[in-house]
Amino acid sequence: MNNFKVLVNGIIKENPTFVLLLGMCPTLGTTSSALNGMSMGLATMCVLILSNFIIALIKKLIPDAVRIPSYIVVIASLVTVLQMVIKAYAPDIDKSLGLFIPLIVVNCIILGRAESFAAKNGPIASIFDGIGIGLGFTLGLTSLGAVRELLGTGSIFGFTLWGESYGMLMFVLAPGAFLVLGYLIVLFNKITKKA
Amino acid sequence: MDYVLNLVLIIIVAIFVNNVVLAQFLGICPFLGVSKKVDTASGMGMAVTAVLVVATIVTYLIQVYVLNVFGLEYLQTIAFILVIAALVQMIEMILKKTMPALYQALGVFLPLITTNCCILGVAILVIQKDYDLLEGVIYALSTGIGFLLAMVLFAGLREQLDLVDVPKPFRGVPIALVTASLLAMAFMGFSGVDGGLKILFGLQ
Amino acid sequence: MLVVLTVITIVAAGVLASVNAVTAPQIEKINAENLAAGIKAVMGSDDIQVADPQEIDAFTAYSINDAAGAALGTAVVTTENGFGGPLKVLVGFSTDGDILGYTVLEHAETPGLGAKAGEWFQDKILGMNPGKNNFTVSKDGGEVDAITASTITSRAFLKAIQNAYDKVIAGADVTSGATRPAGKAAVCNGDNGCCKAENSPGCDGDCHCDKDVTACDIETPEVIE
Repeated sequence: MNNFKVLVNGIIKENPTFVLLLGMCPTLGTTSSALNGMSMGLATMCVLILSNFIIALIKKLIPDAVRIPSYIVVIASLVTVLQMVIKAYAPDIDKSLGLFIPLIVVNCIILGRAESFAAKNGPIASIFDGIGIGLGFTLGLTSLGAVRELLGTGSIFGFTLWGESYGMLMFVLAPGAFLVLGYLIVLFNKITKKA
Repeated sequence: MDYVLNLVLIIIVAIFVNNVVLAQFLGICPFLGVSKKVDTASGMGMAVTAVLVVATIVTYLIQVYVLNVFGLEYLQTIAFILVIAALVQMIEMILKKTMPALYQALGVFLPLITTNCCILGVAILVIQKDYDLLEGVIYALSTGIGFLLAMVLFAGLREQLDLVDVPKPFRGVPIALVTASLLAMAFMGFSGVDGGLKILFGLQ
Repeated sequence: MLVVLTVITIVAAGVLASVNAVTAPQIEKINAENLAAGIKAVMGSDDIQVADPQEIDAFTAYSINDAAGAALGTAVVTTENGFGGPLKVLVGFSTDGDILGYTVLEHAETPGLGAKAGEWFQDKILGMNPGKNNFTVSKDGGEVDAITASTITSRAFLKAIQNAYDKVIAGADVTSGATRPAGKAAVCNGDNGCCKAENSPGCDGDCHCDKDVTACDIETPEVIE
């Protein structure tokens, strides 16, 4: 598989949000607006690219029996570094994502890609896989956040389109997260399976 | 007395008002993944509750007596996740040797629990909310019960869904998500109850 | 194999320690900057001197002077339980207790409803005085319009400010006996509330005042220039 194919694969064929249904907690929990969804997607992508790269580099040094704990340590350290950097340089993002930043550690996408891709491929291909899956995840979260923000508050990325008085608040709240994701998956299936 | 009422409040809020799955979005993977049958859903719920309580006690002690003492708060995430992973392994081994019947019932779910974010999430939340050990344990237990409740209710609904003619593109996960949305909406009816109870208990 | 895991953990801890050494001072700096910017915003002035914080009950109070050293008022951090969790507000009072400005520091209110508290009250409560105005929502007979469909948040928000006023602005005089800045002193006389209330400082038990620099009646202090 060449690197470009790896990239596209992550965005469409193995889209983590709409096809693999991985990492559902941040998907539902952080998408009350398009910007929040995008921040979470990008944060996860950073961790994913670096963890894929590092694990692809050190995989030969790690005995099979302690493989999973070692991966978890690598991922947890990357997440903590990211958490510190966000707190120090982008405190607003830290406020809106809150608990879900440390919880990137237990996002099944990251450990899943470490096991299924980085452990079998070279560092460069693993980086591309990280970018592809990361972009797919970011795309999923951003579109989910955009739809919820638009229906809920009548604005998108903070720009008001028709104003809050016509918003349906339910979409910003918990039930809206489940509902919009369900309908987006239906839409995604319709489009990709016909094409 | 106030302390006891406060604990009662923690229980009610964690189970109903701020339900871990339906309001806080923690533990969604098992919520969607193992909720097709009421039996498996309740098994998963009980396994999660047990691990939650044990993990909260251990991570709390580590935070207070190791991380805080040595100024290593920044190792929280890494320490907690390793502890949880080790703990799940240990519980699995102990159950297998001492209580084979219980292991039969819960064993299959245990490996899945390490990456269940509600365990790490609750462990971190207990520290963030400045709970003491008893409050933390009560919070973890009632969060687990809230998880169990959501799982069983949702599995019950999904069992009924099997009997219904669902439009083709909605079959599987999408209709489950729409159902979850309705369940979340029902739980929203509890919001604000905590404020009223606080006044009722005279805690404010 | 345990060796490998140990080595990885030690390396990871080392990396984290060094990153922490870089980011920790930056996090502190940014928090301090945010607080300073917040105080400037709620006091409505950029040229201010901020005194060291004082902990009064559950409140953190910052006495504010202008660049020349004259008292401008007090900024108070106050917390109340809102609809979804704690609602933390920074509010600026003038020396008379008028509200100069406020900013919501932390909240867990419903997005699109209670979360609007940050902007909603800006044009409604500025200039009001919780000691003089009826500082509750109109539904409860007060003078402030609540956020549409968010009465609980609105009540909590107003209560947070009222409490800050009672404990820090008005209470500073009554409970700690601290004197008001020069020119703002109140006189005790037998008629006002000071002696009807229990032992207000500055008054003896028989409703005679022994000094005239302490505020006794927190409702309507008489000002001597």
